[in-house]
Amino acid sequence: MDFSLGEDRQMLVDSLRRLFSETFDFKQRESVVASDEGWSPALWKQLADLGIIGALFEEEYGGYGGSAFDIGVVFGEVGHALAIGPFLGTLLAGRILGALGRSDLVAQAVTSEVVLTAALDGPEYLSARPVGEGWVLSGRRSVVPFVGQADIVVTVANTDEGAAIFILNDFKTGVRAEEYPLVDGGMAGELFLDGAPATLCATGASATDVMEKATAAGLVALAWEAVAILDTLRDQTLDYLRTRKQFGIPIGKFQALQHRMAALALEIEQARSAAINAAARFDADRCSRERAGSAAKFTIGRVGSLVAEEVIQMHGGIGMTWELPLSHFAKRLILIGHQLGDEDYHLKRFVDLGRPSAEPSVAYC
Amino acid sequence: MDLSFTAEEDTFRQDVRAFLAEKLPTRISTKVRLGQRLTKADMEEWHAILNAKGWLANHWPVEWGGTGWTVTQRFIFETEAALAYSPRVVPFGISMLAPVLIKYGSDAQKRHWLPRILDGTDWWCQGYSEPGAGSDLASLKTRAVRDGDFYIVNGQKTWTTLAQYADMIFCLVRTSTEGRKQEGISFLLIDMKTPGVDVRPIRLLDGDHEVNEVFFTDVRVPIENLVGEEHMGWTCAKYLLTYERTNIAGVGQSMAAFERLKEVAATQMKDGRPLEENIHFAARMAKVEIDLANMTTTNLRVLASVGAGRAPTAESSMLKIRGTEIRQQITDLMRRAAGIYAQPFVDEALDEGFNGPQIGPDFAAAAAVQYFNNRKLSIFGGSNEVQREIISKTILEL
Repeated sequence: MDFSLGEDRQMLVDSLRRLFSETFDFKQRESVVASDEGWSPALWKQLADLGIIGALFEEEYGGYGGSAFDIGVVFGEVGHALAIGPFLGTLLAGRILGALGRSDLVAQAVTSEVVLTAALDGPEYLSARPVGEGWVLSGRRSVVPFVGQADIVVTVANTDEGAAIFILNDFKTGVRAEEYPLVDGGMAGELFLDGAPATLCATGASATDVMEKATAAGLVALAWEAVAILDTLRDQTLDYLRTRKQFGIPIGKFQALQHRMAALALEIEQARSAAINAAARFDADRCSRERAGSAAKFTIGRVGSLVAEEVIQMHGGIGMTWELPLSHFAKRLILIGHQLGDEDYHLKRFVDLGRPSAEPSVAYC
Repeated sequence: MDLSFTAEEDTFRQDVRAFLAEKLPTRISTKVRLGQRLTKADMEEWHAILNAKGWLANHWPVEWGGTGWTVTQRFIFETEAALAYSPRVVPFGISMLAPVLIKYGSDAQKRHWLPRILDGTDWWCQGYSEPGAGSDLASLKTRAVRDGDFYIVNGQKTWTTLAQYADMIFCLVRTSTEGRKQEGISFLLIDMKTPGVDVRPIRLLDGDHEVNEVFFTDVRVPIENLVGEEHMGWTCAKYLLTYERTNIAGVGQSMAAFERLKEVAATQMKDGRPLEENIHFAARMAKVEIDLANMTTTNLRVLASVGAGRAPTAESSMLKIRGTEIRQQITDLMRRAAGIYAQPFVDEALDEGFNGPQIGPDFAAAAAVQYFNNRKLSIFGGSNEVQREIISKTILEL
């Protein structure tokens, strides 16, 4: 049993942390958030050059990493820096494309030549119908990450034979995107499709299987991102408790706050274990992998809202301000709970997967 | 990172399973599984079986009868033993006193007491808490006054677990009232048969006689029974409290209890369907299961750092808090699963060979009793509030 990251992965972490500390401190982040684009294509290119995007995919699929722990450490640093960019969309879409034999597209994403995103949520099912040699899609997808920047959109739509995976890369007809900023500083948008031409990639059980595995990678990513944010929030709050004085002494001397911090520290260690479990079971049998993923998402959801609320409370008024980085970490942590299924969804899924008759299902479509 | 066990560790697990299958008496494992009372003879029988195999004091140094196991092997053993419904080894001699003797005792003390702990000659109990010294242990008042080659001990200990069976008690006593209260404490071994030692039972909320008060009136204790230096007992006391904590989370116990809960939830009916299909109960179970899976990895992470040569520190406080909460939650769910049948209080039904009618399912007789008994988990061994103090002072440095 070995809980160390290993030398190569530690080097990846170190170089990523250096890049973020040089190019993406809180002020720089603020200017990116305030910019018209809402992200930094230049930083994205630097990440690609460092091999960070490639680390999310296996070599056979156009990357140079791709293990669950590779994904975990990259997203850990994303969380640590509160980085903004098409990280999750790239991971999900790239994992799907790689598994479906489109490693050519993954390779282009790895060099930042193209930007990928995944449009998996929405108020209704997308409908797909065959037209001539190809397919067209109609319907609406919601909160699609960086949809305005994406060159390739991977999505799921219903055919007569059930759910299928499609690629959208021709935005000339029947496609309209409306972009907006997110509460955590990121970007997303609504995607309106009305007879938009698309390429069919997979149907039936193989589509379900590919979606589920890509989502499992997304759950590992979000879990590790959340744990890094939890660590940051804990450390920022401990600093505050040691320095902020009321009644003549640091407020961290008050037992009411000490015990609450001790409780948070314990929960954060449990969340870290959940994130490790999700990565460690990623290559296990389906049931172990999926249950560990749902257990991790449930845990970071539960612990995430607890910690976000508590650290703002313990900071008092200053915790309510935009000026304090803490509040932005808290916002990202809460929004993670709204991605790829919330706490309740994953608790139910964990229960269902434990039953002998558990069937694979396409989530989020 | 690699969370898998090595081939050697898998082989070791098979050896442990084979041993348990062959040597753990079904009569005893059935009692553990059903939550029935273990007698003194049951506990001594299991102690002797483990000792014969050489696995009893598995964490001791090899020269004194330990196994030389890694922390991972110990974890595997504890987990497998619990999953097979074996009793916990009575910890007072093996896990509490022995590490103190090995670290602070004289050669003569080690040679005399350690073999007797192994072969079961002495049943030990722990004299720490007093009526006025619970969480604030260092304010203890039991006095030991030097008189020639003896100490004369006067005072009272309480919550003394299984003192009714004990031959010996290791005690924290006050030998000085000078300076800080921690500095005047000594660690003394007292023969329970000495005149002036009086044991009185305390009946607990579940009706059981598990703990006692122990009174000392002019009890004469030979000075060779002092462990470590006079007035330095607090050092021994703290070492004892932090040493044997690799298993403090009770992950194995919780895994076994959860397996039992799953069996129960699959067979108990609620509204005409198995209890496991009730969404509320299923959600309660799932939350505990997830917490336990996380706890298992947290525990293994602590073990890995201990294996790398670091001493177990305040992280064991996290294991203690969450480990005991999980065990309490599982017994809480067993009580809920019993429904109306958690109510009858048929004391004899918890003893072996009970001939009366069984009321409700087999787990029901012990369900509420164990739930109430397990409230102790978050109180003893340093209450969970004391553990939060340790975390905030030692890890968080507040």
